[in-house]
Amino acid sequence: MTAAIGFEDWQALTQLYADYAHVVDAGLWEQWPEFFTDDCIYRVQPRENFERGFPLATLSFESKGMLKDRAYGIRETLFHDPYYQRHVVGLPRLLRADEGRFEVEANYAVFRTKLSQITTVYNVGRSLDVVVRTAEGLRFARREFIYDSEMIPNSMIYPL
Amino acid sequence: MNAPIPLAELTAGSMNWERGTSRIPFAVYNDPALHKLELQRFFYEKHWCYVGLEAEIPNPGDYKRTEIGERSVILVRALDGVIHVVENACAHRGVAFCRARHGNVQAFVCPYHQWNYALDGRLRGVPMRHGVKREGVVQGGMPADFNFADHGLTRLKVAVRGGVVFASFDHDVESFEDFVGPDVLRYFDRLFDGRKLTILGYNRQRIPGNWKLMQENIKDPYHPGLLHTWFVTFGLWRADNRAQMVMDRHHRHAAMISTRGNAGAVSEVSRVSSFKQTMNLHDPRFLDIVPEAWWNGPTAVMTTLFPSVILQQQVNSVSTRQIVPDGHGHFDFVWTHFGFEDDTPEMTQRRLRQANLFGPAGFVSADDGEVIEFSQQTFDAKPAHRTLVELGGDEVANTDHMVTETLIRGMYRYWREVMAR
Repeated sequence: MTAAIGFEDWQALTQLYADYAHVVDAGLWEQWPEFFTDDCIYRVQPRENFERGFPLATLSFESKGMLKDRAYGIRETLFHDPYYQRHVVGLPRLLRADEGRFEVEANYAVFRTKLSQITTVYNVGRSLDVVVRTAEGLRFARREFIYDSEMIPNSMIYPL
Repeated sequence: MNAPIPLAELTAGSMNWERGTSRIPFAVYNDPALHKLELQRFFYEKHWCYVGLEAEIPNPGDYKRTEIGERSVILVRALDGVIHVVENACAHRGVAFCRARHGNVQAFVCPYHQWNYALDGRLRGVPMRHGVKREGVVQGGMPADFNFADHGLTRLKVAVRGGVVFASFDHDVESFEDFVGPDVLRYFDRLFDGRKLTILGYNRQRIPGNWKLMQENIKDPYHPGLLHTWFVTFGLWRADNRAQMVMDRHHRHAAMISTRGNAGAVSEVSRVSSFKQTMNLHDPRFLDIVPEAWWNGPTAVMTTLFPSVILQQQVNSVSTRQIVPDGHGHFDFVWTHFGFEDDTPEMTQRRLRQANLFGPAGFVSADDGEVIEFSQQTFDAKPAHRTLVELGGDEVANTDHMVTETLIRGMYRYWREVMAR
């Protein structure tokens, strides 16, 4: 069954996904937490753990504060090879629409380009999201990236 | 002791050791032939390798596919409850028949010609063994002297201790307890004290570096307080913490034992660029540390069991980290985070939160993989050169501080003894 949604909400929702991808691909880490509610859930989890009911995630944050700590970590504390990431995100698949709350799934592929190197497929999967309407516009109350990719190519520094 | 080892031939004359094992030739990291020999000598004979936790296969018929060195093996609980480890290679045509990574079965069946094995690896059935009758005449079939007992799956020797399973292709290997030795076994038993384990989940990363570099990384107490801002700033691991470096008598295994102190305090060890005196977490729950009775003091014990696994206790986060080599220049690093059956929901939550410090994206350990990759790049480009591990001199001995690279020197002393045999 397809959930019904008005054009304005649909337009805002697709804009949210496009803006999110822009911010994480442009490395605007200070803006990244602002896509979320204060008590948000943000997780990047192997599909294996998700399907077998294991709670461990590769990144598992439970507040906007934790996202800010990650943003700080990227800039100040995590030594890493610099790289570009590029999201290609499918159209949001609306699973459920209630007043001011949408459950959404979206396929994604992230490419990684390291300096002086060839671009590679970095991480592929789908996101399972809960988007809520707030005074500031639509925000993610929950973003879970469930990744098919069996191996993380060395490390994951930037948020998907 | 300092003479070049015979393997120099293998590495085009570049395998020159200086000053004991405090200068390690880059050539130990980038030679495919040397790598094959290492697989044989460390992973396939005379050593116990990690294969998993009993809690991963709780029920009869449960199995998990994993690797020892570069060989595929299956950890399985037979229908009578006994744990076996068999090689994932059909005795007939060598097919690595087990494709799922985990599951529950009554028997192993190779899809190619349907050879059928019991879960302990014994061959049970071979289609058309007695030939096929056509017009009253039996055609084909296996030879009359075909003996099932000779054609089972390769069965490994198994050791289970504290819920952790190790296996060896070498049935003459010493006991697991003798292999680890009493000094390091103490720390193994501290973590795996008989309580039932619960699996929290896995992380898998592929690191483009030689597998030994990961052993070295966890035998190197010098870097954590320098590379890892979180460790030095929050006092989790810094050079002025109370610490001990303990090796087994062969110097192949080690435990790095540290007790947290001095969070935020300024001293000579905090005059490093990674120390951030003003750093405050927006959400302090990342470091909601609650001491546990079984720690008996130390807040971190990192144990390296050579060659295949690292056992992690960093405050409330506990995991095993399996090393699976893939050629001389890559390895897979498989993290299994776990808890204990008597954990409260709050403790489970705490272990999961602190897991954000570890793994391929961890605030602390993501950069370990990065530096290993960058080391390997130089090894490949400059094979005649060598690394330098002389913090604390060139001797190999246990210490009661962490300002030393003695554990790496010890590992290479052992490596040379085994490789030069």
